[in-house]
Amino acid sequence: MNSLKHFVKSFTFWEMLMGLGVTMKIMWSPKNTIFYPDECTPQSYRFRGLHALRRYPNGEERCIACKLCEAICPALAITIESEQREDGTRRTTRYDIDLTKCIFCGFCEEACPVDSIVETRVFDYHGEKRGDLYYTKEMLLAVGDKHERQIAADREKDARYR
Amino acid sequence: MNSIMDIIDGLTAWVGLPEWLQSWVHAGSFNLILVIVITVPLMVAVAYLTFAERKIIGYMQARIGPNRVGPRGWLQPIADAIKLMFKEIILPTNANKFLFIIAPILSIGPALAAWAVIPFDDGLVLANVDASLLYILALTSVGVYGVIIAGWASNSKYAFLGAMRSAAQIVSYEIAMGFALVGVLMAAGSLNLHDIVIAQSGNFTDWYIWPLLPLFFVYFISGVAETNRAPFDVAEGESEIVAGFHVEYSGMTFAVFFLAEYANIILISALTAIMFLGGWHPIWDIAPFNWIPNIVWLLGKIAFFAFFFLWFRATFPRYRYDQIMRLGWKVLIPVTLVWIIFMGSAMYLTPYGDYFH
Repeated sequence: MNSLKHFVKSFTFWEMLMGLGVTMKIMWSPKNTIFYPDECTPQSYRFRGLHALRRYPNGEERCIACKLCEAICPALAITIESEQREDGTRRTTRYDIDLTKCIFCGFCEEACPVDSIVETRVFDYHGEKRGDLYYTKEMLLAVGDKHERQIAADREKDARYR
Repeated sequence: MNSIMDIIDGLTAWVGLPEWLQSWVHAGSFNLILVIVITVPLMVAVAYLTFAERKIIGYMQARIGPNRVGPRGWLQPIADAIKLMFKEIILPTNANKFLFIIAPILSIGPALAAWAVIPFDDGLVLANVDASLLYILALTSVGVYGVIIAGWASNSKYAFLGAMRSAAQIVSYEIAMGFALVGVLMAAGSLNLHDIVIAQSGNFTDWYIWPLLPLFFVYFISGVAETNRAPFDVAEGESEIVAGFHVEYSGMTFAVFFLAEYANIILISALTAIMFLGGWHPIWDIAPFNWIPNIVWLLGKIAFFAFFFLWFRATFPRYRYDQIMRLGWKVLIPVTLVWIIFMGSAMYLTPYGDYFH
C-alpha cells in the first residue's frame, strides 16, 4: 500500500507540484525589500555605528585621556597619546581609531567615564583608499559636532538603563 | 523585403557581376536577411529572458530583483552586455587556445541554427526541411560539444569535472528525448515540423499533449536537463565545482555561454510548443481566440514554457548525480518505451488508433 502510494506520488510529481505551489504563492505575496537609499529599516537608539568624540555644551572636549577605552578595546583599534594642556588639565594630543580593526563592540563607549567616545547611528560611511578608515581626533570630533543632537537624544533615552 | 532585394539586385547589376554570380548574391543576401530577421529578435529575447529570470526568481524569493538601471530595471540586460563586452578574456596557461575559443561558439551556433526550421506560422519558416525533426535532434546534440570542449580546453580540474558530468547527463537524457520525439513522429507520421503542427490543427483537444501526455513530460524534463538548467545543472554546480565547465571563461566568451543557455531555453520551449501544444494554432478555433495572430499564439506558448524553466530554477534544489542517472535511465526511458509500444499497438491493433493521430 505504501509503495503504491509512493509510486502514484512520484508519477504525478506530487511533491514537485507542492514545491512549485509554494514558489508561485510567494511570487504574488508582498515583498520585504527595503529600497535602501530611499528607505531605511528602523534603528535602535543603541545602534553601534561610526564613532564620535563629544564636547560639552561650552565647546570643551569631554575626553580626559584616561585611556580606559584604549585599555578595554579588544581589537586594539584605539591609539591615544596625551599631554598636559596650559591650563593644567590632561588632554589627548592624539586619539585615533582604526575602523578597519574596530569590531563595533561598544566597550569603549561603556568604559568612558565622561561619555566622550560614543558610537553614533551613522553606518553608511566609506573609504575610497587604504587609510581612509583610519579616523583621527579631528575627524572624530567633527563627527561628534555634526551629530551631537542625535547623540544627546540617544544617550538621554538610554540613561535610565545605565 | 522586396524593395531591399531590388536594391541588392540593382547593385550587383550596376557593379557588373556575371549572371551566375548575381543569382548567388541574390539567394545569399535573401537568406541572410531572413537569418537576421530571426536572429536579432532572438538575441533581444535572450537578453530579456535573463532579465525576466532575475525578476521572476526574485519575486519567488520574496524580493524585487534588479530595478535600478533604467525604468523599473528595463535597461539591466543592456548594462550587463556592455559590462561583459569590456571585460578581458583571460586565457588560462596551457589551455588549448583554439578549442578554448571555439567552445562558446560551438555551443551558441547550434542554438541559433536550429531556428532555421522552426515554423512560426503557416508557411512562415526559413527552411521547410522534410527531416527537420532529425535536424533539431542533431543540432541540440552538437551544442553539448561546446560544454565538453570548454571543460577539456580550460586545463582546469573543475571545468573538466563539469564537462564529464555534462557529457554523462546529456548522453542519458538524449535517449529519452529521442524516444519522446519518436512518439511525436508516430502520431504525426512526418518528420517535418511544419507538417507536425498542421497535423495538430483544430482546437486544443487536437494537440499532441493529450495522446502523448507522458512523452510531453519526458520531453520537457529532458529538455530542462539538455539545457543544463536547474535542477539538472550539475555541469555548473556552483556549490560543488565552482561554475563547472565555464570557470575559466570571462568577458564575452562567458557571455556567449550564457547566451547559448538562454537561447536553448527558448528553443526547447519553442519545440515543446510546436510538437505538443499545437505550434501556432489558437487554443480554440472560434471568434475571440482566432482574431489573435497565429504567431502571437506561438510566442505566447514559448513564453509559457520559458516561464517554467525559471519557475523550476526558483523551486527545485539540484539533483544529486546518481539521482539524475536514476531519473534518466530508470524512469524517463522506460516510460517512453512503454508509451511508444502502447501507442503502436493502439494505433495498428485496435480500432482506437485515430485517437493517436
